[in-house]
Amino acid sequence: MKQYFKDIFKSIWTIFVGMKVTFRHLFIPAVTIQYPDVKLKLPERARNRLYVNMDDCIGCFQCDLACPVDCIYIETVKALPTDDLGITSTGHKKRLWVPKFDIDIAKCCYCGLCVPVCPTECIVMTDVYEFSEFNRHHLIYNYATLTPAEIADIKAKAAAYEKEQAAKKAAASAQAKAAQPAGTPAAETTAKTETTPSTPPPRSA
Amino acid sequence: MEQLLKTIFENDLFVYVLMAVVPLMWVLPYALFAVWLERKVSAHMQDRLGPMRTGGWHGWAQTIADILKLIQKEDIVPKAADRKLHFLAPFVVFIGSYAAFAAIPFSSAYIGSNINIGLFYIIAVSSLVVVGILMAGWSSNNKWSLLGAMRSAAQIVSYEIPTALALLSIVMIAGTLDLQEINHMQTGWFWNWYLFKKFPFVFIAFVIYSVASLAETNRTPFDIPEAESELVAGYHTEYSGMKFALFFLAEYANMFAVSAIGATLFLGGWNSPFGNFMSGPLWGVFWFLSKGMFFVFVQMWLRWTLPRLRVDQLMYVSWKVLTPWAFACILGVGFWTML
Ligand code: SF4
Ligand code: SF4
Repeated sequence: MKQYFKDIFKSIWTIFVGMKVTFRHLFIPAVTIQYPDVKLKLPERARNRLYVNMDDCIGCFQCDLACPVDCIYIETVKALPTDDLGITSTGHKKRLWVPKFDIDIAKCCYCGLCVPVCPTECIVMTDVYEFSEFNRHHLIYNYATLTPAEIADIKAKAAAYEKEQAAKKAAASAQAKAAQPAGTPAAETTAKTETTPSTPPPRSA
Repeated sequence: MEQLLKTIFENDLFVYVLMAVVPLMWVLPYALFAVWLERKVSAHMQDRLGPMRTGGWHGWAQTIADILKLIQKEDIVPKAADRKLHFLAPFVVFIGSYAAFAAIPFSSAYIGSNINIGLFYIIAVSSLVVVGILMAGWSSNNKWSLLGAMRSAAQIVSYEIPTALALLSIVMIAGTLDLQEINHMQTGWFWNWYLFKKFPFVFIAFVIYSVASLAETNRTPFDIPEAESELVAGYHTEYSGMKFALFFLAEYANMFAVSAIGATLFLGGWNSPFGNFMSGPLWGVFWFLSKGMFFVFVQMWLRWTLPRLRVDQLMYVSWKVLTPWAFACILGVGFWTML
Protein backbone atom coordinates (compact mmCIF):
# COMPACT_ATOMS: atom_id res chain seq x y z
CA MET A 1 0.00 0.00 0.00
CA LYS A 2 2.83 2.32 0.87
CA GLN A 3 4.46 1.46 -2.41
CA TYR A 4 1.25 2.34 -4.24
CA PHE A 5 1.22 5.91 -2.93
CA LYS A 6 4.92 6.20 -3.43
CA ASP A 7 4.55 5.16 -7.07
CA ILE A 8 1.80 7.67 -7.70
CA PHE A 9 3.78 10.46 -6.11
CA LYS A 10 6.89 9.49 -7.99
CA SER A 11 5.18 9.32 -11.36
CA ILE A 12 3.57 12.73 -10.94
CA TRP A 13 6.83 14.18 -9.70
CA THR A 14 8.87 12.76 -12.56
CA ILE A 15 6.33 14.02 -15.08
CA PHE A 16 6.94 17.52 -13.78
CA VAL A 17 10.68 16.99 -13.90
CA GLY A 18 10.41 15.88 -17.52
CA MET A 19 8.14 18.76 -18.41
CA LYS A 20 10.62 21.16 -16.92
CA VAL A 21 13.37 19.72 -19.10
CA THR A 22 11.34 19.91 -22.31
CA PHE A 23 10.13 23.41 -21.48
CA ARG A 24 13.67 24.60 -21.02
CA HIS A 25 14.62 23.12 -24.37
CA LEU A 26 11.76 24.99 -26.00
CA PHE A 27 13.80 28.15 -25.56
CA ILE A 28 17.25 26.81 -26.30
CA PRO A 29 18.30 28.00 -29.76
CA ALA A 30 18.02 25.20 -32.27
CA VAL A 31 21.17 23.54 -33.51
CA THR A 32 19.73 23.16 -36.99
CA ILE A 33 21.54 24.91 -39.79
CA GLN A 34 19.36 26.23 -42.59
CA TYR A 35 21.49 24.53 -45.17
CA PRO A 36 21.24 26.28 -48.51
CA ASP A 37 21.08 29.66 -46.79
CA VAL A 38 23.66 29.02 -44.13
CA LYS A 39 26.57 26.69 -44.65
CA LEU A 40 29.04 25.21 -42.29
CA LYS A 41 32.63 26.05 -43.05
CA LEU A 42 34.31 22.78 -43.88
CA PRO A 43 38.01 22.18 -43.37
CA GLU A 44 39.93 23.04 -46.50
CA ARG A 45 40.88 19.41 -47.03
CA ALA A 46 37.58 17.83 -46.11
CA ARG A 47 36.91 14.68 -48.08
CA ASN A 48 34.85 16.02 -50.93
CA ARG A 49 35.43 16.74 -54.57
CA LEU A 50 38.93 15.95 -55.85
CA TYR A 51 41.05 18.51 -57.57
CA VAL A 52 44.09 17.79 -59.70
CA ASN A 53 46.65 20.44 -60.38
CA MET A 54 47.73 19.36 -63.85
CA ASP A 55 50.76 21.62 -63.83
CA ASP A 56 52.31 19.36 -61.24
CA CYS A 57 51.15 15.97 -62.44
CA ILE A 58 53.98 13.83 -63.71
CA GLY A 59 51.72 11.05 -64.97
CA CYS A 60 53.16 8.43 -62.63
CA PHE A 61 49.87 6.46 -62.29
CA GLN A 62 50.31 6.15 -58.51
CA CYS A 63 46.84 7.55 -57.82
CA ASP A 64 45.31 5.30 -60.47
CA LEU A 65 46.89 2.27 -58.83
CA ALA A 66 45.83 3.29 -55.34
CA CYS A 67 42.21 3.89 -56.21
CA PRO A 68 40.09 1.01 -54.90
CA VAL A 69 37.24 1.61 -57.32
CA ASP A 70 39.38 2.35 -60.39
CA CYS A 71 37.76 5.60 -61.22
CA ILE A 72 40.86 7.47 -62.32
CA TYR A 73 41.67 7.16 -66.00
CA ILE A 74 45.08 8.42 -67.10
CA GLU A 75 46.85 8.35 -70.41
CA THR A 76 50.40 9.45 -70.92
CA VAL A 77 52.62 10.15 -73.88
CA LYS A 78 56.37 10.25 -73.66
CA ALA A 79 57.84 13.61 -74.22
CA LEU A 80 60.55 14.03 -76.83
CA PRO A 81 64.07 14.56 -75.52
CA THR A 82 63.93 17.89 -77.21
CA ASP A 83 60.77 18.97 -75.34
CA ASP A 84 61.18 20.63 -72.00
CA LEU A 85 58.07 20.13 -69.88
CA GLY A 86 59.59 21.92 -66.96
CA ILE A 87 59.66 20.81 -63.38
CA THR A 88 56.87 20.59 -60.85
CA SER A 89 56.61 22.82 -57.85
CA THR A 90 58.02 19.97 -55.79
CA GLY A 91 61.09 19.78 -58.02
CA HIS A 92 60.26 16.66 -60.02
CA LYS A 93 61.14 16.73 -63.65
CA LYS A 94 58.16 16.14 -65.93
CA ARG A 95 58.88 13.55 -68.60
CA LEU A 96 55.39 12.66 -69.77
CA TRP A 97 52.54 14.50 -71.37
CA VAL A 98 49.24 13.73 -69.73
CA PRO A 99 46.64 14.10 -72.48
CA LYS A 100 43.94 12.36 -70.47
CA PHE A 101 43.27 12.59 -66.77
CA ASP A 102 39.65 11.75 -65.97
CA ILE A 103 38.10 11.04 -62.60
CA ASP A 104 34.64 9.52 -62.53
CA ILE A 105 33.48 11.31 -59.43
CA ALA A 106 30.22 9.36 -59.48
CA LYS A 107 32.20 6.21 -58.73
CA CYS A 108 34.62 7.83 -56.33
CA CYS A 109 34.04 6.76 -52.76
CA TYR A 110 35.98 9.66 -51.28
CA CYS A 111 38.38 7.33 -49.54
CA GLY A 112 41.21 9.73 -50.16
CA LEU A 113 43.69 6.95 -50.92
CA CYS A 114 44.82 8.66 -54.10
CA VAL A 115 45.94 11.75 -52.22
CA PRO A 116 48.89 10.62 -50.08
CA VAL A 117 50.49 8.47 -52.78
CA CYS A 118 51.00 11.32 -55.19
CA PRO A 119 54.70 12.12 -55.26
CA THR A 120 54.08 15.72 -56.30
CA GLU A 121 51.08 16.34 -54.06
CA CYS A 122 49.03 17.55 -56.94
CA ILE A 123 45.84 15.54 -56.36
CA VAL A 124 43.97 16.92 -53.36
CA MET A 125 40.53 16.86 -51.82
CA THR A 126 38.63 20.10 -51.50
CA ASP A 127 35.69 21.40 -49.49
CA VAL A 128 33.39 21.53 -52.53
CA TYR A 129 30.46 19.17 -52.09
CA GLU A 130 27.66 20.67 -54.16
CA PHE A 131 28.10 19.15 -57.60
CA SER A 132 24.96 17.21 -58.37
CA GLU A 133 24.18 16.83 -62.04
CA PHE A 134 21.20 15.86 -64.14
CA ASN A 135 23.35 13.84 -66.49
CA ARG A 136 25.72 11.42 -64.86
CA HIS A 137 28.20 11.71 -67.71
CA HIS A 138 28.85 15.19 -66.50
CA LEU A 139 30.26 13.66 -63.35
CA ILE A 140 33.31 12.43 -65.23
CA TYR A 141 35.69 15.26 -64.68
CA ASN A 142 38.38 15.94 -67.24
CA TYR A 143 41.39 17.52 -65.68
CA ALA A 144 43.73 17.32 -68.63
CA THR A 145 44.66 20.76 -69.86
CA LEU A 146 45.90 19.92 -73.33
CA THR A 147 43.64 20.80 -76.26
CA PRO A 148 42.70 18.09 -78.78
CA ALA A 149 44.90 19.71 -81.41
CA GLU A 150 47.85 19.70 -79.04
CA ILE A 151 47.18 16.08 -78.14
CA ALA A 152 47.06 15.06 -81.79
CA ASP A 153 50.27 16.94 -82.40
CA ILE A 154 52.03 15.38 -79.42
CA LYS A 155 50.87 11.92 -80.34
CA ALA A 156 51.96 12.30 -83.93
CA LYS A 157 55.34 13.58 -82.87
CA ALA A 158 55.75 10.81 -80.33
CA ALA A 159 54.79 8.19 -82.89
CA ALA A 160 57.22 9.62 -85.42
CA TYR A 161 59.98 9.71 -82.80
CA GLU A 162 59.15 6.19 -81.77
CA LYS A 163 59.36 5.03 -85.35
CA GLU A 164 62.63 6.81 -85.79
CA GLN A 165 64.01 5.23 -82.67
CA ALA A 166 62.77 1.84 -83.77
CA ALA A 167 64.34 2.28 -87.14
CA LYS A 168 67.59 3.34 -85.47
CA LYS A 169 67.50 0.36 -83.16
CA ALA A 170 66.72 -1.97 -85.98
CA ALA A 171 69.60 -0.54 -87.90
CA ALA A 172 71.83 -0.83 -84.85
CA SER A 173 70.88 -4.42 -84.21
CA ALA A 174 71.28 -5.22 -87.89
CA GLN A 175 74.70 -3.73 -87.71
CA ALA A 176 75.43 -5.71 -84.57
CA LYS A 177 74.20 -8.87 -86.27
CA ALA A 178 76.29 -8.12 -89.26
CA ALA A 179 79.26 -7.55 -87.01
CA GLN A 180 78.68 -10.69 -84.97
CA PRO A 181 79.78 -13.39 -87.41
CA ALA A 182 83.02 -11.51 -87.80
CA GLY A 183 83.37 -11.36 -84.05
CA THR A 184 85.14 -13.78 -81.77
CA PRO A 185 83.39 -16.52 -79.72
CA ALA A 186 83.85 -14.14 -76.84
CA ALA A 187 80.45 -12.80 -77.95
CA GLU A 188 78.89 -15.11 -75.37
CA THR A 189 79.88 -12.71 -72.67
CA THR A 190 77.45 -10.26 -74.19
CA ALA A 191 74.49 -12.40 -73.18
CA LYS A 192 72.67 -9.25 -72.37
CA THR A 193 72.61 -8.02 -75.87
CA GLU A 194 71.35 -11.35 -77.07
CA THR A 195 68.36 -11.37 -74.76
CA THR A 196 67.28 -8.01 -76.02
CA PRO A 197 64.93 -8.63 -78.89
CA SER A 198 66.14 -7.56 -82.22
CA THR A 199 63.20 -5.23 -82.65
CA PRO A 200 61.80 -3.50 -79.62
CA PRO A 201 58.04 -3.95 -79.18
CA PRO A 202 56.17 -0.99 -80.54
CA ARG A 203 55.22 1.10 -77.53
CA SER A 204 51.74 2.26 -77.72
CA ALA A 205 51.40 5.97 -77.30
CA MET B 1 -27.68 34.36 -30.42
CA GLU B 2 -30.07 31.76 -31.73
CA GLN B 3 -33.04 34.04 -31.07
CA LEU B 4 -31.29 36.95 -32.67
CA LEU B 5 -30.47 34.99 -35.80
CA LYS B 6 -34.02 33.71 -35.98
CA THR B 7 -35.38 37.23 -35.99
CA ILE B 8 -32.87 38.26 -38.63
CA PHE B 9 -33.30 35.41 -41.06
CA GLU B 10 -36.86 34.24 -40.26
CA ASN B 11 -35.93 30.80 -41.45
CA ASP B 12 -35.42 28.26 -38.69
CA LEU B 13 -33.66 25.64 -40.77
CA PHE B 14 -31.12 28.11 -42.09
CA VAL B 15 -30.42 29.31 -38.56
CA TYR B 16 -29.89 25.79 -37.31
CA VAL B 17 -27.42 25.06 -40.10
CA LEU B 18 -25.64 28.32 -39.34
CA MET B 19 -25.43 27.50 -35.65
CA ALA B 20 -24.05 24.08 -36.45
CA VAL B 21 -21.42 25.41 -38.81
CA VAL B 22 -20.03 28.07 -36.46
CA PRO B 23 -17.76 25.68 -34.48
CA LEU B 24 -16.49 24.30 -37.78
CA MET B 25 -15.30 27.80 -38.62
CA TRP B 26 -13.08 27.47 -35.60
CA VAL B 27 -12.16 23.78 -35.80
CA LEU B 28 -10.79 23.83 -39.34
CA PRO B 29 -8.36 26.73 -38.97
CA TYR B 30 -7.55 25.51 -35.48
CA ALA B 31 -6.60 22.06 -36.80
CA LEU B 32 -4.32 23.58 -39.42
CA PHE B 33 -2.75 25.80 -36.82
CA ALA B 34 -2.45 23.05 -34.22
CA VAL B 35 -0.71 20.66 -36.59
CA TRP B 36 1.76 23.38 -37.42
CA LEU B 37 2.14 24.23 -33.74
CA GLU B 38 2.66 20.60 -32.85
CA ARG B 39 5.49 20.39 -35.34
CA LYS B 40 7.07 23.56 -34.12
CA VAL B 41 6.70 22.62 -30.45
CA SER B 42 8.11 19.16 -31.03
CA ALA B 43 10.96 20.59 -33.06
CA HIS B 44 11.94 23.24 -30.58
CA MET B 45 11.68 20.84 -27.68
CA GLN B 46 14.26 18.73 -29.50
CA ASP B 47 16.39 21.78 -30.37
CA ARG B 48 15.38 21.59 -34.00
CA LEU B 49 13.58 24.17 -36.09
CA GLY B 50 10.76 22.24 -37.71
CA PRO B 51 9.21 23.43 -40.98
CA MET B 52 10.89 26.68 -42.01
CA ARG B 53 10.39 27.13 -45.72
CA THR B 54 6.78 26.86 -46.85
CA GLY B 55 5.15 30.28 -46.86
CA GLY B 56 8.15 32.15 -45.62
CA TRP B 57 7.91 33.00 -41.95
CA HIS B 58 8.68 29.84 -39.95
CA GLY B 59 6.89 27.64 -42.46
CA TRP B 60 3.46 28.90 -41.47
CA ALA B 61 1.89 27.56 -44.67
CA GLN B 62 3.21 24.03 -44.22
CA THR B 63 -0.08 22.52 -43.09
CA ILE B 64 -1.99 24.33 -45.83
CA ALA B 65 0.37 22.80 -48.36
CA ASP B 66 -0.11 19.43 -46.68
CA ILE B 67 -3.87 19.58 -46.85
CA LEU B 68 -3.69 20.58 -50.52
CA LYS B 69 -1.50 17.55 -51.10
CA LEU B 70 -3.87 15.28 -49.19
CA ILE B 71 -6.84 16.51 -51.24
CA GLN B 72 -5.07 15.63 -54.47
CA LYS B 73 -3.95 12.22 -53.32
CA GLU B 74 -5.42 9.04 -54.63
CA ASP B 75 -7.92 7.48 -52.29
CA ILE B 76 -6.69 3.91 -51.92
CA VAL B 77 -9.03 1.23 -50.62
CA PRO B 78 -7.53 -2.22 -50.02
CA LYS B 79 -9.02 -4.90 -52.24
CA ALA B 80 -10.10 -7.10 -49.35
CA ALA B 81 -11.49 -4.23 -47.30
CA ASP B 82 -15.11 -3.92 -46.38
CA ARG B 83 -15.76 -0.98 -48.65
CA LYS B 84 -18.84 0.42 -46.96
CA LEU B 85 -17.41 0.41 -43.44
CA HIS B 86 -14.06 1.56 -44.73
CA PHE B 87 -15.74 4.54 -46.33
CA LEU B 88 -17.93 5.36 -43.36
CA ALA B 89 -15.38 5.05 -40.57
CA PRO B 90 -13.57 8.39 -40.91
CA PHE B 91 -16.88 10.21 -41.05
CA VAL B 92 -18.15 8.48 -37.95
CA VAL B 93 -14.96 9.37 -36.11
CA PHE B 94 -15.18 12.99 -37.16
CA ILE B 95 -18.88 13.23 -36.42
CA GLY B 96 -18.22 11.76 -32.99
CA SER B 97 -15.69 14.40 -32.13
CA TYR B 98 -17.48 17.25 -33.84
CA ALA B 99 -20.83 16.47 -32.25
CA ALA B 100 -19.31 17.30 -28.88
CA PHE B 101 -18.91 20.88 -30.03
CA ALA B 102 -22.68 21.23 -30.17
CA ALA B 103 -22.91 21.59 -26.41
CA ILE B 104 -19.70 23.46 -25.73
CA PRO B 105 -20.30 27.09 -24.78
CA PHE B 106 -17.92 29.25 -26.79
CA SER B 107 -19.14 32.40 -25.14
CA SER B 108 -21.99 33.62 -23.01
CA ALA B 109 -23.80 34.40 -26.26
CA TYR B 110 -23.02 31.31 -28.27
CA ILE B 111 -23.61 27.67 -27.58
CA GLY B 112 -24.54 25.35 -30.40
CA SER B 113 -27.42 23.79 -28.55
CA ASN B 114 -28.33 25.00 -25.11
CA ILE B 115 -29.53 21.71 -23.71
CA ASN B 116 -29.75 21.18 -19.99
CA ILE B 117 -27.88 17.88 -20.08
CA GLY B 118 -24.94 19.26 -22.04
CA LEU B 119 -22.19 17.49 -20.13
CA PHE B 120 -23.96 14.16 -20.24
CA TYR B 121 -24.53 14.60 -23.96
CA ILE B 122 -20.85 15.34 -24.58
CA ILE B 123 -19.65 12.31 -22.63
CA ALA B 124 -22.16 10.13 -24.42
CA VAL B 125 -21.61 11.37 -27.94
CA SER B 126 -17.84 11.38 -27.81
CA SER B 127 -17.99 7.61 -27.26
CA LEU B 128 -19.14 7.40 -30.85
CA VAL B 129 -15.52 7.85 -31.79
CA VAL B 130 -14.78 4.33 -30.57
CA VAL B 131 -17.34 2.93 -32.99
CA GLY B 132 -15.69 4.74 -35.86
CA ILE B 133 -12.24 3.56 -34.84
CA LEU B 134 -13.41 -0.02 -34.53
CA MET B 135 -15.06 0.25 -37.94
CA ALA B 136 -11.85 1.56 -39.44
CA GLY B 137 -9.75 -1.17 -37.85
CA TRP B 138 -12.09 -3.99 -38.73
CA SER B 139 -12.91 -2.94 -42.28
CA SER B 140 -9.28 -2.37 -43.27
CA ASN B 141 -8.66 -6.12 -43.16
CA ASN B 142 -5.22 -5.50 -41.78
CA LYS B 143 -3.88 -6.99 -38.59
CA TRP B 144 -2.17 -3.78 -37.49
CA SER B 145 -5.33 -1.79 -37.99
CA LEU B 146 -7.38 -4.31 -36.10
CA LEU B 147 -4.91 -4.46 -33.22
CA GLY B 148 -4.86 -0.70 -33.03
CA ALA B 149 -8.62 -0.51 -33.07
CA MET B 150 -8.96 -3.15 -30.34
CA ARG B 151 -6.45 -1.35 -28.19
CA SER B 152 -8.21 1.90 -28.81
CA ALA B 153 -11.56 0.45 -27.84
CA ALA B 154 -10.14 -1.02 -24.65
CA GLN B 155 -8.41 2.21 -23.82
CA ILE B 156 -11.22 4.63 -24.54
CA VAL B 157 -13.85 2.53 -22.82
CA SER B 158 -11.77 2.13 -19.69
CA TYR B 159 -10.69 5.75 -19.52
CA GLU B 160 -14.20 7.01 -19.99
CA ILE B 161 -14.93 5.85 -16.46
CA PRO B 162 -12.40 8.02 -14.61
CA THR B 163 -13.22 10.90 -16.96
CA ALA B 164 -16.91 10.73 -16.22
CA LEU B 165 -16.32 10.24 -12.49
CA ALA B 166 -13.96 13.21 -12.34
CA LEU B 167 -16.50 15.37 -14.11
CA LEU B 168 -19.18 14.07 -11.79
CA SER B 169 -17.58 15.76 -8.82
CA ILE B 170 -18.00 19.10 -10.61
CA VAL B 171 -21.57 18.24 -11.39
CA MET B 172 -22.13 17.58 -7.70
CA ILE B 173 -20.83 21.02 -6.80
CA ALA B 174 -22.73 22.80 -9.56
CA GLY B 175 -25.87 20.73 -9.24
CA THR B 176 -26.46 20.92 -12.98
CA LEU B 177 -25.34 19.35 -16.23
CA ASP B 178 -25.94 22.53 -18.18
CA LEU B 179 -22.55 23.82 -19.23
CA GLN B 180 -23.74 27.39 -19.71
CA GLU B 181 -25.12 27.30 -16.18
CA ILE B 182 -21.82 25.92 -14.85
CA ASN B 183 -20.02 28.79 -16.56
CA HIS B 184 -22.32 31.35 -15.00
CA MET B 185 -21.60 29.90 -11.57
CA GLN B 186 -17.90 30.55 -12.01
CA THR B 187 -18.20 34.22 -12.94
CA GLY B 188 -16.07 36.67 -11.08
CA TRP B 189 -12.44 36.48 -10.26
CA PHE B 190 -10.41 33.38 -10.95
CA TRP B 191 -10.74 32.10 -7.39
CA ASN B 192 -14.35 31.44 -8.26
CA TRP B 193 -13.27 28.79 -10.71
CA TYR B 194 -14.10 25.28 -9.67
CA LEU B 195 -10.46 24.31 -9.82
CA PHE B 196 -9.86 26.22 -6.58
CA LYS B 197 -13.00 25.04 -4.82
CA LYS B 198 -13.17 22.25 -2.25
CA PHE B 199 -9.44 21.73 -2.22
CA PRO B 200 -7.98 19.14 -2.74
CA PHE B 201 -10.82 17.06 -4.14
CA VAL B 202 -11.56 19.13 -7.23
CA PHE B 203 -7.88 19.59 -7.87
CA ILE B 204 -7.37 15.82 -7.84
CA ALA B 205 -10.39 15.46 -10.10
CA PHE B 206 -8.77 17.95 -12.45
CA VAL B 207 -5.56 15.94 -12.59
CA ILE B 208 -7.53 12.76 -13.19
CA TYR B 209 -9.50 14.45 -15.94
CA SER B 210 -6.34 15.73 -17.61
CA VAL B 211 -4.73 12.31 -17.62
CA ALA B 212 -7.85 10.48 -18.73
CA SER B 213 -8.67 12.97 -21.45
CA LEU B 214 -5.22 12.45 -22.88
CA ALA B 215 -5.99 8.76 -23.10
CA GLU B 216 -9.36 9.43 -24.66
CA THR B 217 -7.83 11.40 -27.48
CA ASN B 218 -5.22 8.68 -28.10
CA ARG B 219 -2.38 11.06 -27.48
CA THR B 220 1.03 10.18 -26.13
CA PRO B 221 1.72 8.82 -23.52
CA PHE B 222 -1.47 6.89 -24.26
CA ASP B 223 -1.10 6.56 -28.01
CA ILE B 224 -0.81 2.79 -28.10
CA PRO B 225 -3.70 2.52 -30.63
CA GLU B 226 -1.48 4.15 -33.24
CA ALA B 227 1.88 3.19 -31.81
CA GLU B 228 4.05 3.75 -34.87
CA SER B 229 6.85 1.55 -33.66
CA GLU B 230 4.60 -1.46 -33.19
CA LEU B 231 1.51 -1.01 -35.34
CA VAL B 232 2.62 1.00 -38.38
CA ALA B 233 -0.06 3.62 -37.83
CA GLY B 234 -2.74 1.72 -35.96
CA TYR B 235 -6.35 1.87 -37.09
CA HIS B 236 -5.71 4.35 -39.93
CA THR B 237 -2.89 2.38 -41.54
CA GLU B 238 -4.97 1.65 -44.62
CA TYR B 239 -6.27 5.16 -45.13
CA SER B 240 -4.89 7.70 -47.51
CA GLY B 241 -5.71 11.09 -48.88
CA MET B 242 -8.72 12.94 -47.60
CA LYS B 243 -9.96 10.10 -45.39
CA PHE B 244 -6.68 10.06 -43.54
CA ALA B 245 -6.97 13.82 -43.24
CA LEU B 246 -10.39 13.33 -41.67
CA PHE B 247 -8.90 11.07 -38.99
CA PHE B 248 -6.28 13.68 -38.39
CA LEU B 249 -8.85 16.42 -38.18
CA ALA B 250 -10.92 14.32 -35.80
CA GLU B 251 -7.94 13.78 -33.53
CA TYR B 252 -7.21 17.48 -33.32
CA ALA B 253 -10.88 18.37 -32.96
CA ASN B 254 -11.06 15.86 -30.14
CA MET B 255 -8.02 17.38 -28.49
CA PHE B 256 -9.70 20.74 -28.49
CA ALA B 257 -13.01 19.31 -27.35
CA VAL B 258 -11.54 17.70 -24.24
CA SER B 259 -9.49 20.82 -23.58
CA ALA B 260 -12.59 22.94 -23.91
CA ILE B 261 -14.51 20.76 -21.49
CA GLY B 262 -11.65 20.92 -19.02
CA ALA B 263 -11.50 24.68 -19.41
CA THR B 264 -15.24 25.03 -19.01
CA LEU B 265 -15.58 22.87 -15.94
CA PHE B 266 -12.42 23.71 -14.06
CA LEU B 267 -11.16 27.04 -15.38
CA GLY B 268 -14.35 29.03 -15.76
CA GLY B 269 -14.85 28.61 -19.52
CA TRP B 270 -15.49 31.98 -21.12
CA ASN B 271 -15.19 33.86 -17.85
CA SER B 272 -12.48 36.44 -17.56
CA PRO B 273 -10.05 35.67 -14.75
CA PHE B 274 -10.24 39.28 -13.59
CA GLY B 275 -13.84 39.79 -12.62
CA ASN B 276 -15.55 42.25 -14.92
CA PHE B 277 -12.31 43.32 -16.55
CA MET B 278 -12.23 42.24 -20.21
CA SER B 279 -15.45 40.31 -19.96
CA GLY B 280 -18.35 40.23 -22.36
CA PRO B 281 -19.52 37.90 -25.12
CA LEU B 282 -16.61 38.63 -27.45
CA TRP B 283 -13.96 38.63 -24.75
CA GLY B 284 -15.64 35.41 -23.64
CA VAL B 285 -14.70 33.82 -26.97
CA PHE B 286 -11.15 35.02 -26.47
CA TRP B 287 -10.84 33.65 -22.95
CA PHE B 288 -12.47 30.40 -23.85
CA LEU B 289 -10.27 29.83 -26.87
CA SER B 290 -7.09 30.78 -25.04
CA LYS B 291 -7.86 28.46 -22.15
CA GLY B 292 -8.62 25.69 -24.62
CA MET B 293 -5.46 26.35 -26.57
CA PHE B 294 -3.46 26.36 -23.38
CA PHE B 295 -4.63 22.83 -22.66
CA VAL B 296 -3.91 21.83 -26.23
CA PHE B 297 -0.41 23.14 -25.76
CA VAL B 298 -0.05 21.18 -22.52
CA GLN B 299 -1.11 18.05 -24.38
CA MET B 300 1.60 18.66 -26.95
CA TRP B 301 4.08 19.43 -24.23
CA LEU B 302 3.30 16.12 -22.53
CA ARG B 303 3.49 14.29 -25.81
CA TRP B 304 7.06 15.38 -26.37
CA THR B 305 8.03 14.70 -22.78
CA LEU B 306 6.71 11.27 -21.96
CA PRO B 307 7.29 7.90 -23.56
CA ARG B 308 4.44 5.60 -24.47
CA LEU B 309 2.89 3.37 -21.81
CA ARG B 310 2.70 -0.39 -22.14
CA VAL B 311 -0.78 -1.87 -22.50
CA ASP B 312 -0.84 -3.40 -19.03
CA GLN B 313 0.49 -0.18 -17.49
CA LEU B 314 -2.25 1.65 -19.29
CA MET B 315 -4.90 -0.55 -17.76
CA TYR B 316 -3.23 -0.33 -14.37
CA VAL B 317 -3.33 3.46 -14.45
CA SER B 318 -6.96 3.49 -15.40
CA TRP B 319 -8.41 0.85 -13.12
CA LYS B 320 -6.12 0.89 -10.12
CA VAL B 321 -5.14 4.53 -9.89
CA LEU B 322 -7.50 6.91 -11.64
CA THR B 323 -10.81 5.18 -10.97
CA PRO B 324 -10.38 4.71 -7.19
CA TRP B 325 -9.13 8.24 -6.79
CA ALA B 326 -12.02 9.57 -8.82
CA PHE B 327 -14.38 7.70 -6.50
CA ALA B 328 -12.60 9.17 -3.52
CA CYS B 329 -13.06 12.63 -5.00
CA ILE B 330 -16.75 12.05 -5.51
CA LEU B 331 -17.12 10.90 -1.92
CA GLY B 332 -15.11 13.83 -0.63
CA VAL B 333 -17.02 16.39 -2.65
CA GLY B 334 -20.28 14.70 -1.81
CA PHE B 335 -19.74 14.86 1.96
CA TRP B 336 -18.44 18.40 1.71
CA THR B 337 -21.50 19.62 -0.19
CA MET B 338 -23.81 17.85 2.28
CA LEU B 339 -22.20 19.54 5.27
S1 SF4 C 1 39.24 9.27 -53.32
FE1 SF4 C 1 39.47 7.04 -53.39
S2 SF4 C 1 37.84 6.39 -54.79
FE2 SF4 C 1 38.11 8.59 -55.11
S3 SF4 C 1 39.53 8.75 -56.79
FE3 SF4 C 1 40.74 8.81 -54.91
S4 SF4 C 1 41.36 6.69 -54.54
FE4 SF4 C 1 39.70 6.64 -56.04
S1 SF4 D 1 49.90 10.32 -58.41
FE1 SF4 D 1 49.94 12.55 -58.71
S2 SF4 D 1 51.57 12.84 -60.25
FE2 SF4 D 1 51.04 10.68 -60.27
S3 SF4 D 1 49.53 10.52 -61.90
FE3 SF4 D 1 48.40 10.78 -59.99
S4 SF4 D 1 48.09 12.97 -59.86
FE4 SF4 D 1 49.67 12.69 -61.40
